[in-house]
Amino acid sequence: MTGTALSVRDIVVTFDEFVALNHVTMNVNEGESFGIVGESGSGKSTLLRAVAGLNVFESGSLTVAGRSYSGSRRDKEFYRTVQMVFQDPYGSLHPRQTVDRLLLEPLAIHGFSDVDARIARALDEVGLGSGFRFRYSHQLSGGQRQRIAIARALILEPKILLLDEPTSALDASIQAEILNLLEQARKDRNLTFIMVSHDLGVISHMCERLAVMKKGEVVETVSVEALEKREFSQEYTRQLLVASEGFRRTA
Amino acid sequence: MSPLLTVENLRVSFPTRTGEVNAVRGVSFTLGRERLGIVGESGSGKSQTGRAIMGLTPGHAKITADRLNFDGVDLLSASKRQRRDMRGKRMAMILQDPKYSLNPVMPIGKQIIETLRTHESVSGRQARDRALAMLEAVQIRDPERVFDLYPHEVSGGMGQRIMIAMMLVCGPELLIADEPTSALDVTVQLEVLGILDKLVAERGMGLIFVSHDLRLVSSFCDRVLVMYAGRVVEELPSANLAAAQHPYTRGLLNCLPTIGSHRHPLPVLERQAEWTQ
Repeated sequence: MTGTALSVRDIVVTFDEFVALNHVTMNVNEGESFGIVGESGSGKSTLLRAVAGLNVFESGSLTVAGRSYSGSRRDKEFYRTVQMVFQDPYGSLHPRQTVDRLLLEPLAIHGFSDVDARIARALDEVGLGSGFRFRYSHQLSGGQRQRIAIARALILEPKILLLDEPTSALDASIQAEILNLLEQARKDRNLTFIMVSHDLGVISHMCERLAVMKKGEVVETVSVEALEKREFSQEYTRQLLVASEGFRRTA
Repeated sequence: MSPLLTVENLRVSFPTRTGEVNAVRGVSFTLGRERLGIVGESGSGKSQTGRAIMGLTPGHAKITADRLNFDGVDLLSASKRQRRDMRGKRMAMILQDPKYSLNPVMPIGKQIIETLRTHESVSGRQARDRALAMLEAVQIRDPERVFDLYPHEVSGGMGQRIMIAMMLVCGPELLIADEPTSALDVTVQLEVLGILDKLVAERGMGLIFVSHDLRLVSSFCDRVLVMYAGRVVEELPSANLAAAQHPYTRGLLNCLPTIGSHRHPLPVLERQAEWTQ
């Protein structure tokens, strides 16, 4: 019997007049990999950011590992459990800090002692040797940067990883490497993933269940098997599926 | 019939403080009135190939080629003025992101008219009519309204359709589309591609479609060139993608996750040093 890792109930996020999330409910089980798809502006990133405390939600509830959170206040304990990887590896690493410094910061905040060994291990784990430790992020390629971002998220040994389009800024060949790295990390550490992507191919590869979002609402939650067998009810899901199969010339 | 564009042994290099960077290293192909795709990862030289043909390479770069011929005109020896006359009129280029490639402080209609009046002497009235007709051709529902809007007031998909309208208004013979749909949503992507496809077919243009997405390119083009480290490693008819021989092309095809295929872990591309030779 696996418990619920994270549950979101009736969350509402508004930016002035604009309703970005309209009573969204989502349940993610422990050890599960949960996907969120939708077009831009559908609120999929906002949902992740609301969970992480980067966007304030006005009503509704968020429960993570049995604890409730509201608004945008999160304690240290929350960030020990939940970490996030962002879309753009060029924007999410401090340009004037070395990799060592980037990885040290979360450890210092949370009062870890054996920082040296942890940083070395984290780098090894993401497939970058200790040779990368004192480089700056501009000396790294996009794929290497995303590995550093993943190392930074994993170094606190969280239970839940929020992934906001982790590979959409990368080349197809690099994407495969990063997806494999994430899967391996999930297997080794029994992590729970919540992954946002606009690419149904990536989501169906990485996840077991997925939510389809449109205009700030979850229109459908299906399992990946059901998706493969075309067993879904929403026209919008079908459109996304067709779009993922490439261009077809209509006679 | 002679081909529209002949490229033979095209090389583009950039001098830098640490030596020369060879972005394109001997690319050759010919293009008729067809749809040609150029695929490759970032840094493979696919965009620089397109830019060299357009004459948009930065001034300090070095371009050499045995032949670079567009419909009888030698592009290498053409003067800046000649190139300028051709650009926009006979060859045009669609860039990746409409947010950056449209002028933010000029209404959309005015930008389209600017292109048109640079190349043709038409009256203001005629120019406006042609711009409106072009907006209608890219399936913009209310062209009169959109004509007076600024680029920030339209969505990404609409912006890219406006870009297409602007590029096609002078009726070019060659269109280079550099990642025209990469900045767009998946659902909007198909719509924009559909419009582009229809216009290219109707007007009998030659199209070079530059993209990193092998599947998308192969579903859209007749022929695909696969580039790696500044060279063409393989040329394939799109229908025959499965018959790709080069390990890079095969690796590229293989490493994409698709719905319904369960491969854990995904096969990754093992780069070989001899591919760059």
